This record gives sequence, C-alpha cells and structure tokens, in this order.
Amino acid sequence: MTTAITGSGTSPTRRPRRTGTGARRSRRIGFLLLLLLLLVLAVLASIAVGAKAIPLGHVWDALWSPAATEDDLVVRTLRLPRTVLGILVGIALGVAGALMQGHTRNPLAEPGLLGVSAGSAFFVVLGIFAFGVTSLYGYVWFAFAGAFAASVAVFLLGSAGRGGPTPVTLALAGVAVSYLLRALSSAIVLSDSATLDSYRFWDVGALAGRDVAIVGQITPFLLVGLLLAFANAPGLNLLALGEDVARGLGQNVTVTRWTGLVAITLLTGAAVAACGPIAFLGLVVAHLARFCTGPDYRWLLPAAGLAGAVLLLVADVVGRVVARPGELQVGIVLAFIGAPFFVALVRRRKLVRL
Amino acid sequence: MTGQGLKPGEPGTTLVPGRPAIRVGGFSGVWRPRLVGITLVGVALVVLISAVNIGRGDFPISLGDVLAALAGGGDRAQRFIVLELRLPRTLTGVLVGAALGLAGALTQSVTRNPLASPDLLGVTGGASAAAVTVIALGGGSGAAVGVLASFGVPLVALLGGLLAAAVVYGLAYRRGVVSDRLVLVGVGVNAVAVGITSWLLVVADINQAAQATVWLTGSLNSSGWAQVVPIGVALVVLVPTALLLAFGLGALQLGDDTASGLGLRVNRSRVALGLVGMALAAVAAACAGPIGFVALVVPQVCLRMVGAARPPLLTSAVYGALLTVAADLIARTALPQELPVGIVTAVLGTPYLLYLLSRRNRGVRI
Repeated sequence: MTTAITGSGTSPTRRPRRTGTGARRSRRIGFLLLLLLLLVLAVLASIAVGAKAIPLGHVWDALWSPAATEDDLVVRTLRLPRTVLGILVGIALGVAGALMQGHTRNPLAEPGLLGVSAGSAFFVVLGIFAFGVTSLYGYVWFAFAGAFAASVAVFLLGSAGRGGPTPVTLALAGVAVSYLLRALSSAIVLSDSATLDSYRFWDVGALAGRDVAIVGQITPFLLVGLLLAFANAPGLNLLALGEDVARGLGQNVTVTRWTGLVAITLLTGAAVAACGPIAFLGLVVAHLARFCTGPDYRWLLPAAGLAGAVLLLVADVVGRVVARPGELQVGIVLAFIGAPFFVALVRRRKLVRL
Repeated sequence: MTGQGLKPGEPGTTLVPGRPAIRVGGFSGVWRPRLVGITLVGVALVVLISAVNIGRGDFPISLGDVLAALAGGGDRAQRFIVLELRLPRTLTGVLVGAALGLAGALTQSVTRNPLASPDLLGVTGGASAAAVTVIALGGGSGAAVGVLASFGVPLVALLGGLLAAAVVYGLAYRRGVVSDRLVLVGVGVNAVAVGITSWLLVVADINQAAQATVWLTGSLNSSGWAQVVPIGVALVVLVPTALLLAFGLGALQLGDDTASGLGLRVNRSRVALGLVGMALAAVAAACAGPIGFVALVVPQVCLRMVGAARPPLLTSAVYGALLTVAADLIARTALPQELPVGIVTAVLGTPYLLYLLSRRNRGVRI
C-alpha cells in the first residue's frame, strides 16, 4: 500500500528527470563518437601529410603492402611512429589535465603543476651537463626520474602540515618547487653553453625525431597511468562535492587523492619524457572537454583524452605544412591554434564551475 | 551570546579583543598589530639590505662612507660608484620588487585564485613578446618595426604589456568580468604571447636571438637612473590608487553575489584593481625584464606570515622589494658567476614558502 503511494507520488517528478539524464547520456556518447571520428581524420592527415608529398594511394600501399620504396620508408619509419606517439601523448596530457583540475579544483591547473615538467627538465639538464647524455633515449630515463623525484617531493611537502594534502597547499608547493627547479636548470644552462645547445632542442617540445623505441619505453607507464585515472573518476566526482561531504558518503579521501596524484605523475611524466614540456595542451583540453560533457569525470576523462590526441595531431600536421620545407614545433603551433580557439570558447560558453 | 558585545549607540565597541576598530571621518579600518609589525620589520630589512647592497661589490665601500656619499660627502670615486652605479641599481631592484609584489597581491585578490599572477595572465608575456619583436627584428627592414624600435625596448615592452592587459580585459568582458573567465582568457593570451616569443627566437638571427634571451632572463645589470625614474613615477601614481580602491577588496573576497549585496560595484572595482595590478607588472617588466616568482609567491608568503584572509597589499610590496634586493645582493656578490636576479629569487623564496606551507596547513583559501 505504502509502496504504491510513494510510487505514484514520485513517478511524475522522476519521469522528466529520467528523460533528462537519458538525453544527456546520448549527447555525451555523441560527443565521444564525434571526437573519435575527428581522431581518425587527424590520424589519416598525420600519416598522409608531410614535407614530402606522397599520393594517398601510395600511403595506403605503404601501410598494408610495403615494398621498401622511399615513400614506404617515410610512411612506416617516420610518420607512423610519430602519429602513434602523438595519440599516446595527447591522451596522456588530456587525461592528466582533467585530473589535475579536478584534484586542485583550480581552472589554472595544468598537468605540470606538481613540478613534473620542471623536474623532468632539471634532470635532463643534469644528464646533459654532468653525465654527457646527448641522445633522446637517454633523456627519456632522466626525464622520468626527474618527474618522479619532483612530484614525490611536492606530495611530501604539500601534505606535511596538519590535515594532509589540500588543493591549495599542493598547488602552491608544486608552483614553488617548479620555480626552484627551473631556476636551477637555468643556472646550469646559463653557465654552460654546450648544455644549452643540447637542452634547447628538448625544451621546445616536439613530436619530430622520436621513433618506435621511445613509444615502447613510455607505453607501460601510460597504460598504468590511464588505468589509475579511470579508477579515480568516481572518487573524483565525490571529491568535487567537498572533502567533508565525500568523507561523509564513505569515500576514503586520502586513497582517492593519492591514486589521482600517482596517475597524473605517470601520465605527465611519460608525455614529457617523450616529447618535452608541452603541458599547455592539458589545460586547454580539459576545459574543452568539460564544455562538452559537463563535470562528470567518468565522461570527462575519455573526452579530454580524445580531444588531447586530436588537438596534438592537428597541431603537429599544421606545423609540418605552414613552414615547408622545415617544420614549426608543435608547442608553438599549439599556442597559435589552441589559444585563440580556447579564448573564443571561454567567451562564448558559460563556465562550468570546478 | 550574539549581540552581547554590540550595544546600540556605542559606535566604538570592540568586537574582537585585541583588534580595535579605527574610525577617521568616513573611513574605518581594523588595527592589526601583527600586520603592522611584520610590515615595519620588512621595511627595516629593505633599508638594511639596500645599504649593504650599495656597499658591497668589486670596490667595497664601508657603510659610513656610503652614507657620507649619499649625503654629498666622500671622495669623487666613491660618489660616482654610489650615486651613479649602485644606488640606481638598488633603487630599481626595490621599486621593481615592490611593484611586482603589489601587482601579484592585487591580481590574486581580484581573481580569488592563489595561482594567478601577472606572469600567468599575459602581461609579462605581452611585454616579452613586444621586446623580443624589437630586438629580434630590429636589424631587418620593416617600417612598423623600425618605428617601434625608435621608441627603445623598455617603452615597447611597456606598451606590449599594457596592450596584453587591455586584450585580456576586453576579451574577458561580457556583461561584467567573472574571475574564472578573466583567468582563463589570460592564460590563453599568455600562450599566444609565449608562442610569438618562441617563434621569434627560432626565426631570428643567432646574435639577436642571444640578445633577446639575455633580456628574457630579466636582470638588474644595466639599471641606471633611466629605469628608476619611470618606475618611481608609476609607483607614486598607482600605489595610492590601489590603496584607495582596495577598500572594496574585503567585500569582493566574499563572492560576487555577497559583494554586490553589500553595495559594491563588483565589475567596476574588479576591472579597476586588476588593471592597476597589470599596469604595475607591465612597468616592472619594462624596467628589468620578466623577473619571475616574486609576483606569484610573495603575496602567498605574506598572507601566511600575517595570518590575513587575503594577500595584504602593502606587506606584499615591501617583501617583494626585500626579496628582489636580497636576491640582487646574493647574485652580485656571493656567487662565483653573476646570475640573473630571477633565478636567485626562486632559490631564496621557495624554501620559505614551503616551510610556511608545512607549518600552517589550514587549508587557507583565497
């Protein structure tokens, strides 16, 4: 009897809400499919477009029935690894950016905020200066070590006081450590011009010149990072209500925070190790994805990852086209394409609060 | 319990013990002994370190001789070194540091974001892009660049910084300025400016690129009276403006709705205070190049030292000056090789901020 009454009482109010969530879900799925389509197009463009004009038919042949011609070599050894790397790094930076903004609840947060980029850069400088490392393979391990050392230092310092890590202390500790490490890097670079000469090519941030071996080096870290990130999404949704509410709803806040921070470090560390610091991508893409999916991290993370891959590949392709026969580095192109687009979007849409 | 302390008809009632209200005419404030004490200690330290900075160097001059030279005495060599070389450099450091500290405190208060600073919001980036344009393309033809180059690098940098500030506010204004939109538009504009700078560094001739890199590290090496006068004038105009406008800041901290409910014209005061902060940062960048760290971190350090609810403006200015001058002193005298000031500020300031963060982790929000 009572169930019947409550059932009839709630159904008129519940009904429009259900159709509302249904519509929202189909819109989100639509956005993800659209992003996937864009990614496929970007991948095709990234394989087909470059300094050397190769007809589409030859590209197709090179992919499926290679015959060791020059075109085949270009496609298989240069463009294909570069494209794969672009997808991986774009996904990593997009997801890491969304996670970072979720954990710090600050729209200015970017994946490198916890000192990851600065730590990588400092260790790469040290590697060049003290150990004479000059190859990209060597840089990768130094960059990784630096990313982990810096973020561990920031976590420890940011959570040293009473109450554990809070968004503001973490962000400030990250900023301070980043500044310190960047200052030390510049001190070394300014005193030794040979180091500057090797370092500036890493520092500019590019996809060019990376091959399959580097993809292999970073992939395991990326996979673990992505797993942790997606496991972190429901907890992050609760944390967005405030720590007290999340705790009251049964969430283990400490575990959620640390999972997210480890995921950010793995993803950003791998991306920076492979491509140099291009963390601006993560900031932009997280906002773009939030405009499309809203604040639910279970949808936001995949959307941010896909959008990151699309934007990075598009910027890379544009960089190959605009400065023929040379190239414009992807970091510079990102600033010129991504930033105006971002500003236009921020102006047009109502901001989703973090 | 409520209303016990406040009786009608008693205007001077103290609500918080130890923090009596001060009322002078139409203005009122709260007497905060800790704030005043820490600020005064900062001023004393600035004077002390400045005096040491003038005395130390390749040609050491004792403190008494420095004072004598300042007063017009001493021999000719001492007067030249003190008045023409070291005093202007030290003053530039003090003024640039004060401008940066105040600019950071204003920006962080207006946006209510502890990560916001003029460096991140495009002003320093715009100044750098403009300066690098002139330095890198100065040798080439290009009528527009030639006209700009005739202004000189500092003026062009100032114009670039102000232009960037105007663009940020122009793009962020849409029936009012919401702080999140302001911050994000600033990040976007900054990215474009940084992109222009790095592109110019790539395409420029190697000698000019090296020259531009020197400017971009930000240093006090070439500071003379030509730098002191403009930034002094800017501070004399802008600091009182900021302090007058700052009466609305306390209400602005409570959120836009509450502030307008309290009778504050939210948009007007946010635009005015933000623009003052950005103008200060642009002048500082024009005088000494982009010195990082001070604008971002000093307000947060002061906030925690003073125990205030928002970055204290004058205290931030004083400690910005202190950090910059101390960094200049160390960069000039203690290190084997002279480094740009921006590097030493970070090395000096970071440990202290980290110490404060670990001491008082109370989840301070701004």
